[in-house]
Amino acid sequence: MADLDTLVSQFQNKNEVAFQKLYGMYSDSIHGVVYNIVKDTAIADELMQDVFIKAWHNAHTYSSQKGRFFTWILNIAQNAAIDKTRSKAFKQKKQNLNSDFFVDIITSNDNLDNSTDAIGIKKFVKNLGKKCKEVIELLYFKGFTQKETSEELDMPIGTVKTRNRNCIKELRDMVL
Amino acid sequence: MDINAYIESGILELYVAGQLSEKENQEVYELLQQYPELLQEVLEIEAAVVKLTAAVSPHSINFESFRGKLKDTDNKVVDMRPKKPNWISYTGWAASILLAGGLLWTLNNKTKLEEQLQTADIENQYLETQIEDARNNLAHTKDLLDAIRDKDILAVPLGGQGDFANSYAKVYWNKADNTIYLDAEGLPNAPEGKVWQVWSLTLNPLTPTSLGTIEDFNTDENKIFTITNANQSQAFGITLEPAGGSESPTMEQLYTLGVVPVAP
Repeated sequence: MADLDTLVSQFQNKNEVAFQKLYGMYSDSIHGVVYNIVKDTAIADELMQDVFIKAWHNAHTYSSQKGRFFTWILNIAQNAAIDKTRSKAFKQKKQNLNSDFFVDIITSNDNLDNSTDAIGIKKFVKNLGKKCKEVIELLYFKGFTQKETSEELDMPIGTVKTRNRNCIKELRDMVL
Repeated sequence: MDINAYIESGILELYVAGQLSEKENQEVYELLQQYPELLQEVLEIEAAVVKLTAAVSPHSINFESFRGKLKDTDNKVVDMRPKKPNWISYTGWAASILLAGGLLWTLNNKTKLEEQLQTADIENQYLETQIEDARNNLAHTKDLLDAIRDKDILAVPLGGQGDFANSYAKVYWNKADNTIYLDAEGLPNAPEGKVWQVWSLTLNPLTPTSLGTIEDFNTDENKIFTITNANQSQAFGITLEPAGGSESPTMEQLYTLGVVPVAP
């Protein structure tokens, strides 16, 4: 925690080494999030880098009192990717966006083969219940609010909260 | 506070997802400072989510290749902002100011030239008047010259008298048309309230006949006066008289006198 705080404050002071470390920690995650939204490798590559560039130039706007650094950059990524899908050029190019969830992408992702977490993750998503897949998809990948998620999945708000808690708990058991 | 119940509520998972209100975020942040077990919970949730999302990444992009793009935007940010809008707008403003200045200058010049033209016109008219005057003068002078050169003319010099020995005058008498031309160049200007009066005289007996006063003596330039004289004059005299003239000459003020030479 202390290390991360130090890194983040160095990053906010335009320390490129700190930025490189943060990039190493989160760039794949951001890449995954935007890719899951735009479903296009080239666009996702560009978006992910744009997100980090934006974070670098707007570093001063982050405050740890408002939330985790990862959460901050995750939200930037979700907004950037959704903005992208709303752009005219994107809509023309992607007439029929496939409806794969993160789960489908992970299970068919060759990139994972070299990763030590690969086996755990693949196993996790295979065994994951449908409700868990949906909740995690909406909350962490699409950036839906708790209320939006409850409306989308037609379940009470309280249920979204506890179901999500259980789903993430399963994930932790599997990958940590 | 029941830490476990708080954890089990699922609020920390939403905290990591970024789906809490600003106020809730602030509350969680403060609790994280107080309870290490809450912080530990958050770190584990975050780690799991980081791994899960990373598993969706199609491939990694290393920082080195990303750095190039970052530098490009750094340069762009530094270069583009001040330059592009400024040059165009500055150039535009400079051009319009120059244009406006040029127009004003031209307008000003035009007004000046018009004024000069007007002045020149007035000067022209003035010069034309002067030339006209000079021509008239010349014509007048020629007439006078012609008149006194006439073969019938009789020249009568009038000499200074008494105290006025320095005075003199000349009378050119054309008997044919009963006109005398008095050249009074040798007389001083008439003082205030006085006037020159010209007399025709017959000698035996001495009888003066007034030929009139010279009212415009002081203002006349060539001091040559044309006077009608139908008398059989034997002499001419000029006296200084009170304004309006006198019935008979004031002999004390007789300046000049000259006798008409008897024709051979």
